[in-house]
Formats: sequence, C-alpha cells, structure tokens
Amino acid sequence: MIKVRVEFLGGLDVVFSKQRVHDLTIDAEELSMQGLIDYIVQNLITNKNDVDVFLEDDNIRPGIITLINDTDWELEGEMEYEVCDGDVISFTSTLHGG
Amino acid sequence: MVSEVNQDLINELAALKLENARLRRQVESQPTTVQEYPLSLEEYRRYGRQMIVEDTGGVQGQVRLKNSKVLVVGAGGLGCPALPYLAGAGIGQIGIVDNDIVDTSNLHRQVLHDSTKVGMLKCESAKAVLNKLNPHVNVVTYPVRLNYSNAFDIFDGYDYVLDCTDTPLTRYLISDVAVNLGITVVSASGLGTEGQLTVLNFNNTGPCYRCFYPIPPNPMSVSSCQEGGVIGPCIGLVGTMMAVEAIKLIIGIYTPENFQPFLTLYSGFPQQTLRTFKMRGRQSKCICCGDNRSITRAAIESGEINYELFCGSRNYNVCSPDERITVNKFKDEYYDRTTQDYVLLDVRPSHHYEISHFPDAFNIPVKKLKDMHGSMAELQKEIPSIKEDSEVLVLCRYGNDSQLATRLLKDEFKLPNVKDIQGGFFRYIDEVDSSIPKY
Repeated sequence: MIKVRVEFLGGLDVVFSKQRVHDLTIDAEELSMQGLIDYIVQNLITNKNDVDVFLEDDNIRPGIITLINDTDWELEGEMEYEVCDGDVISFTSTLHGG
Repeated sequence: MVSEVNQDLINELAALKLENARLRRQVESQPTTVQEYPLSLEEYRRYGRQMIVEDTGGVQGQVRLKNSKVLVVGAGGLGCPALPYLAGAGIGQIGIVDNDIVDTSNLHRQVLHDSTKVGMLKCESAKAVLNKLNPHVNVVTYPVRLNYSNAFDIFDGYDYVLDCTDTPLTRYLISDVAVNLGITVVSASGLGTEGQLTVLNFNNTGPCYRCFYPIPPNPMSVSSCQEGGVIGPCIGLVGTMMAVEAIKLIIGIYTPENFQPFLTLYSGFPQQTLRTFKMRGRQSKCICCGDNRSITRAAIESGEINYELFCGSRNYNVCSPDERITVNKFKDEYYDRTTQDYVLLDVRPSHHYEISHFPDAFNIPVKKLKDMHGSMAELQKEIPSIKEDSEVLVLCRYGNDSQLATRLLKDEFKLPNVKDIQGGFFRYIDEVDSSIPKY
C-alpha cells in the first residue's frame, strides 16, 4: 500500500470533481510516476472527455507543471520517479492572465 | 625700537595663530554644507524608512535603486500594483509598455487607473500617477504593442524587465529578447483566484521561459482574465510580489551562489496559501539559452521565429455564412415574434448566464453540450420541447462558442435548422438593446 497526496492547482481541479486535494491509498508494492498518472486518469477523471485537459499524446499536457514534494519533477526523474509513501505530487496549470 | 616693533608683531602673530586654531576647530565641528551627498535631502527623508531596513544596504542600496532602469510590460492587473511600488522605492527610470486603453471593466483590479481615465492610454494614465507619487523617477511610456521588431529597441538600456502581460506569445517573446540582451526578467501571471511568480534568466545563468515551457500550451487551454475572470486583490498581490523581486534583484539580495530557480504559487481561495516550488535550472537543450541556440536576435528581428504560428490560435470560424444570422435579423425575424416557436439556446457557462440573459433562453454550456455526444434524449432532458425539425438559435457571449455549438447541433445531433447569432449576446446589447446588463 502506498499513501500519496495528489493536488490539482491552477484551475486543473475543474476536471477532478472541483476537488484540489486527493488523498490516495494505492494497492501496489511499487509505483512509478507513470503508474500514478495512469491511476489518476482511470480513477480520478470522472468525465473521460476531460482526459485531454490533463494529458496530451500520453504525456502531461504542455503548460502543466508537475511537482514531486514541491520540486520540479524534471529534477526527480519525471516518469521514472518511484513514488514513496507520504509523497505529495502536485500538478499546476500555468496561468497566463495579467 | 626695532625690537619693540618685532615684539608687537610676534605677539600679534601669536594671537592670530590662536584665533586661527579656534576658528579652524569651530569650522571642523560645524556641519558643512559643501560636503557631497549621493542623494538630495528630500530623498533622504523620502526613502528613510526603507534605507533603515538593514538588508537594503542603506544609502548604497538606495543609490543602486536610483541608478537602475526597470521596464514594465503591461499596465494591467499586475503592472498596476507593481508600478507605484517601484516608483515609490525610487527606481531611477521606469518604462511602461502598453498600447491598451483604460476600460471600465479593468477598474476592479487595475487600481492605478480610475473612472476619469476611461478611454485614456493605460501607460499615460499610469505615468500621471507615478509622476505625482515620486517626481524623482523618470517615467518613459511606450504606447505600442510589443512585437518581434520593436522589442529589442525598447528593452535596450533597461536593467530588468517585468513581464506583466497576458498571453503565452508575449511571454515567450519577452523571455527570448531578454536572454539575447542579458536581462533578468521578473515574470508573473494570474487568473481567477490564483497567481504565479518566477525570475527568469537570472544573471544569464538561470532558466528562461522556454526552459520551463519548451512546448507552448494548446490555445484552447489558455484562458484570459476577460474569459476566465479574476479577483482584483489576488492578482494585485502577485503584482506587488513582482515589485519585491525587482527591488531584491537591484539591491543584490540574490547572488549567483544563493539563487535557486523557483515558481511561487499564490492561491486566494479558500484558505490563502503561498507555496514556492524548487524548479529546474537552465536546460542545456533549450533552444534559447542552452548550448545550441537558434532563438537569436537576428532570427527574432527578421521574423524568422514566428510567434503566432508557434503559439497557435483558436479557430472559431467553423460556420458558413448561411448558418449565421445577425443580431438585428434575429430581433426582427425571431425575437419580435408574438409566439416563440423556436428554441433560443444560450451556451455560456451557467454562472455567466446567471448574471444576465434573455428571459426565454435555455442554458446549456457548450462543454455540457459536447458531453451529450449527440444524444437527442439527453438534449430533451434539458429542452423537453426540442424536436428534429425545431428551429434553434444559438448564442454565447461574443459569438465564438456559439459557432462550436452550432456545429455540434448540426453534425452530432443532426438538427438541420440551427443558426448561430453572430457576435453573441454582447453584440445584441450593443446594437439592439443597451438596457440589458453587460459584464
């Protein structure tokens, strides 16, 4: 069992039942970021038409910043990162208004 | 005789020496008015409260501020709070780039402007306020839209640039030009109740906008304040944070040793939170600031880097002319009918519809319509009277989403008699009935 907190910020919560924070307990021994993202798509996106708000060509959509424990996932191995018990994974949509 | 005269002279000389020494001491102990100060006495009084904050470096820090030139691109929701704080702090020269004019709908957040300035250029409106706030600041205005051909000339000579703009296109352009000129950028954005803040190209070693966002977002996923709405103090707080970053950069709080690339996220609702994320450094594969650069000054200025094409645009023109109707024709041929034997469908988001709408219009937001996947049964749950041969007139706020909805109704729901009302609800208000609230 891996406990992980997932956050959808910058307006992304709109496709996750307008809920910004989701505390998940995932039944797995090991969980990569790829595995977590698959889990999110299958279990947290209620309307399948909304998947393209989160993913584009099977990757996180350009304009969304992914953070692992408040650190840019680029510094943590991106899709290969092994999710640990207690991790906080945040996805934030980039804003452009000014 | 000679010795007597000599003695008198010697006595007088001794007295003069004493007087001279006394006067010298007096002069030395008095404050002198000829000593050179780096600031005027008025400036000492004006900036005293900030100079006595030890971290600013006192007079030395103030002189740095006075000798610095900061360019602010955009005098809107972010620029309005940033500008007076920069002027108040005593930045030597502030440039303002904005070709937009003040609109009533700006005033809830762009509080540097006011109701008497509606219709005036934002850069000139801002300049008038800053000049009154601090006459020591040289305010330069650029009433132009920043583009690939004018950006280098405008940026040249400035030490820092504040990106207070509102589209991905200008954000890429500002970052690219700044990297080529070696300028550090304070970049921020806001929408709804949230805002983001970062520092780009710090010391020509920090990441640039393209390091963070090598691929631009899909234009359909980019929302503006006009479209998505914005809470004034939320974006105002982020603009204020930009001024803090600019002051820190100028007085040297960040050093190449202590600077860590970051992205700060402010959320206003429900609990106010401010989180700072540790971000990637400069990317060696970045085409602007990396090892193999193709975004050069020559490539930008020649127009070879096509920002419009790179960022893309939304295509709303999906209806043919015979599928559309003008607001005046809609009024004459439909709205004035005594019996409403057609369906009027408003596809704006429900919270827009709640603000004002036609009394007899059904509301199905375009997203909800799309999610019905062409099912008449689903559609009839919302509009019981609708049938395959019904005449349907579709409208939205400006006439963009209504075209997408018209296409859905014709192509997916197979309704043949659907028309898009050109220019939408707002054009109807402008051209037919100005007594309806427009937001």
